[in-house]
Amino acid sequence: VKLPEVAGLFLAFLARLITGAQGHWHGCPPKAEQRIYFANHQSHFDWVLIWAALPHELRAVTRPIAARDYWTATPLRHWITREIFNSVYVSRQRSDDEDPLEPLMDALRSGDSLVIFPEGTRGNKPEPAQFKAGLYHLAEAFAGVPLIPCWIANVQRVMPKGEVVPVPILCSVTFGAPLALEGGEDKRAFLARARAAVLALREVA
Amino acid sequence: MGSLRALGVTQQVALLFVVLFGLLMLVTIVSISRSLRDRTPAQQELWQGYLRDLRAAWIAAVLFWIAWIAGAIVSTLLFAIVSFVALREFVTLTHTVRGDHRALLLAFFVVLPLQYLIVATEFFDLFTVFIPVYVFLAIPVLSAFGNDPKRFLERTAKIQWGVMVCVYGMSHAPALLLLDLPRYEGRGAFLVLYLVLVVATAQIAQEVASRRLRRRPVARAISRTFSWRAWAIGAVSAALVGALLYWATPFKPIPALVMGLIAGGSGTFGAFVMQALKRDAGVHTWGGRMSVTGAVGLLDRVAGLCFAAPVFFHSVRWYFGF
Repeated sequence: VKLPEVAGLFLAFLARLITGAQGHWHGCPPKAEQRIYFANHQSHFDWVLIWAALPHELRAVTRPIAARDYWTATPLRHWITREIFNSVYVSRQRSDDEDPLEPLMDALRSGDSLVIFPEGTRGNKPEPAQFKAGLYHLAEAFAGVPLIPCWIANVQRVMPKGEVVPVPILCSVTFGAPLALEGGEDKRAFLARARAAVLALREVA
Repeated sequence: MGSLRALGVTQQVALLFVVLFGLLMLVTIVSISRSLRDRTPAQQELWQGYLRDLRAAWIAAVLFWIAWIAGAIVSTLLFAIVSFVALREFVTLTHTVRGDHRALLLAFFVVLPLQYLIVATEFFDLFTVFIPVYVFLAIPVLSAFGNDPKRFLERTAKIQWGVMVCVYGMSHAPALLLLDLPRYEGRGAFLVLYLVLVVATAQIAQEVASRRLRRRPVARAISRTFSWRAWAIGAVSAALVGALLYWATPFKPIPALVMGLIAGGSGTFGAFVMQALKRDAGVHTWGGRMSVTGAVGLLDRVAGLCFAAPVFFHSVRWYFGF
């Protein structure tokens, strides 16, 4: 047993102690296949919550996206994101010769599952903001990978923006029915459909 | 029964647990044999609820057994954990806002551990006033620092109520472990078990009675099943069980009966009050499938204990005159 594994189990335990981190599977079963999970984004806690709600076997192959400049800035942050979560690093600064989605494509080509927050940033409104185009490009490039919408409920109460200690409040993650890009569907329509799929889970939860 | 009183502590405990687990096993076997019957969907739902209750009873019994083996400190810790989970559920369902963040942190990470630490160190003078006096004053101060005057009194009151019930009320159960009663040293676990059994009996008897009797409910908007007669049946059943268990307690048979009546009666009132809260929060059961949060439904089960424990604790202290 290695240290990152123990630290991971401890983090998952902590997340469950504080939030319950209950996963409700409403459109698909938890299954060891390649998937792209996409969810609403309200707090730094979101990723840990989804990760803790997944069955233990799926955690190792499901990877988050981390901003390279922030999450590699100190050795501890780097260690957490690299060793425990096996994050995919992306740079926030655009350079001309580099596609920002390239690291994600790499991860998908090697067969890993991803969790993405298509709003791009944390929101503080009850409804998620418009989705960014990245989800569409991934769906286009990897047509065979099911896209799973997720709704994270209550997490903004656990740790509001600006606070560092989470309050114990029960949260849940609802996983919905898989989505795929339809033939001839344009970017706008697809992103709207994806956002609606996430929102629809709020009623199911 | 008198001969039971003469047994040693370990033998009495063993007997209690044999009876408890025997009863549970009997009920489980009967349930399994009836689980294949045809049911309408409504009956099926009731049946599922019943099975969940049965499982909860098993878990509780095993927890008590572990607590008995492990001693007073571990039992106190177990109650602290239950308290934590209950408060977590309570806070989830009362809509707290950003400004309450610090006050909630105080409740969860300072008040709760301190209260149980006070219990474990038997600091009884502080135990009874810590939450009702000092925490009562500290919570609104922290909430005010949250810089949000909207519905201030309401929000503060909610947090205080939750702390009173989930932490203060619950902490009286492990406090029984540490009471030094005359000629009853080291047997506090009996009192806790007595309290839990009596409260559970009252709730089960009341539930069964209200289903059979169909009396006019006292407060229809809150509970369709709570009637005075059902409540009385619950309390009297608790009293009878309490009297049957007198040999394990420091009481004589009649006081044991009265103690059972008091604890059972106040416990079912507690469950009734929780129903009012549930109605207000808009969920049928705290842990029902309908709730957004997927709460585990613990609060439902411990509400009776939270109300009965303080009443019982002080009844015991008055009875022994200290």
